[in-house]
Amino acid sequence: MDKRPASFYFLGLFFVLFTVFLYGPNITIAILSFQGESGGLTFPMRGVSLHWFGQLFERQAVGDFSSALLRSFALGLMVMVCTVTFSLLAGLAFRKRFVGSSTVFYLTLTSLILPSILVSLGIGLMFDRFGFTPNWFSSGFGSHLTWTLPFGLLIMFAVFNRFNPSYEMASADLGATTLQTFRFILLPLLAPSLTGIGLFGFTLSYDEFARTLMTSGSLNTLPLELFAMTTNVTSPVLYALGTVTTLVSLCVILLTLVLVKQLRKARTR
Amino acid sequence: MISPRQIHSYWQALPLTLTLLGFLVFPICVILVVSFWDYNEYSLIPDFILENYEFLLTSKVTLKAYIQTFKYAFLTWFFTFLIGFTVAYFLAFHVRSQRMQTILFLLCTVPFFTSNIIRMISWIPLLGRNGLVNSALQTSGVIEQPLDWLLYSDFAIILAYVHLYTMFMVVPIFNSMMRIDRNLVEAAVDAGAAPWQILKDIIVPLSKSGIMVGSIFVFTLVMGDFITVKIMGGGIKANVATLIYNEISLLQYPAAAAGAIILLITVLMMLMILFRLVDVRKEL
Repeated sequence: MDKRPASFYFLGLFFVLFTVFLYGPNITIAILSFQGESGGLTFPMRGVSLHWFGQLFERQAVGDFSSALLRSFALGLMVMVCTVTFSLLAGLAFRKRFVGSSTVFYLTLTSLILPSILVSLGIGLMFDRFGFTPNWFSSGFGSHLTWTLPFGLLIMFAVFNRFNPSYEMASADLGATTLQTFRFILLPLLAPSLTGIGLFGFTLSYDEFARTLMTSGSLNTLPLELFAMTTNVTSPVLYALGTVTTLVSLCVILLTLVLVKQLRKARTR
Repeated sequence: MISPRQIHSYWQALPLTLTLLGFLVFPICVILVVSFWDYNEYSLIPDFILENYEFLLTSKVTLKAYIQTFKYAFLTWFFTFLIGFTVAYFLAFHVRSQRMQTILFLLCTVPFFTSNIIRMISWIPLLGRNGLVNSALQTSGVIEQPLDWLLYSDFAIILAYVHLYTMFMVVPIFNSMMRIDRNLVEAAVDAGAAPWQILKDIIVPLSKSGIMVGSIFVFTLVMGDFITVKIMGGGIKANVATLIYNEISLLQYPAAAAGAIILLITVLMMLMILFRLVDVRKEL
């Protein structure tokens, strides 16, 4: 191994500082959520306790946290399933040029970069004008899809750009039907990427605030609950909620990574 | 003639297309229509008036909010670009094993999956009046009074933006850097180029597309953001999106809709300029 130039160490240090910058604040509130009962929003810690986590599950104290968590979880799962299915299908479609393909492509890009508040306002107004009641599982679900589908499609593009079509051709040459090729060749090869899209879909929806603002109806999702708390709760219970939701996100990420690894392994076997 | 393979494409693209038409295109049309409506305290009145726009375009508040928004967007872009480029450069050119590259890259992307609101409130115990930064500075004797401009200020807003959005810069720049042929760099070294020449003449031009994609992300995210300004600005700072948010809270939907349409036009105009400079589809 040849010697590293001095710039490597500078940049390495820069990278370490960047990581501290990224994680530092989150770790701070994770520590502070174990604040003792008499402790406040900042250091010093006055003892260590699980008091504030307990507070989360007491209905009257901080609103309806557990139902909000359940709603966000259910919505995340719904969004995940649809994102994976729709992106896979659209990804397959885009392998051929078809009339209107650029329009659909640019529409997807627009969906990605349009300010969330516009989408939220639009869907909210649309439901209002047509006399539908907005709900997290109808209007909220639709607004989340406008955020997750573009990510799904872009990942699909990246995947198919590096995809070797000779497997499919071989399968067709051997007399497999389109459905068989899809089921036994394409799907196993794409499984790790699809799991990744699922992870994206779930966490993006689970954490989405702006697009939920006008579309969730009368029942809050978790980010809305959190936002409400930032304006009227001034105790470490806020940090406890932050820590819990972060943990859920982390679990989903870890689970997905393990799953992707398993799928890759199964493929090489 | 449409071939059978093409027919497949049509039904396969249908779910995505329908979702976007129903939950993106149509709602925007509704906003456009409502932006011409009249309203009172209780309800919306279908009409065709230009007052919403007239009020918006002649108000000093709007002008101030737009200046503020562009200020945030530019400063955030500047810092995310500097940090993002450096981080991507380190990952792409200095980390040698692919395994290590993937691990470090994932390490950076994990916080992206946490709620923006949580990432914002996590600055409070650091920047507040009695926060870590202030107490550290006071103990070490650098300052005597706690600094008030750390939280609920433009500084806090920009800091939060950089914290939230730098990864949107790192990912596309890293992507385009990974596609640079390493032989080009080797050849430049052999031909006697200094490190900064390699950076200026090879790496920056060849990662231009990544830089553009990252810039598009950061610009549009900051332009449409209201929650960062609301939380980190402590409710006293306003950008365009917070004006719209406030009108929504007051149920003045036609006014909010007009504001949204103007914001939409602004964002689209900026995107058109950026898209001129790079063909996004070729970069995927």
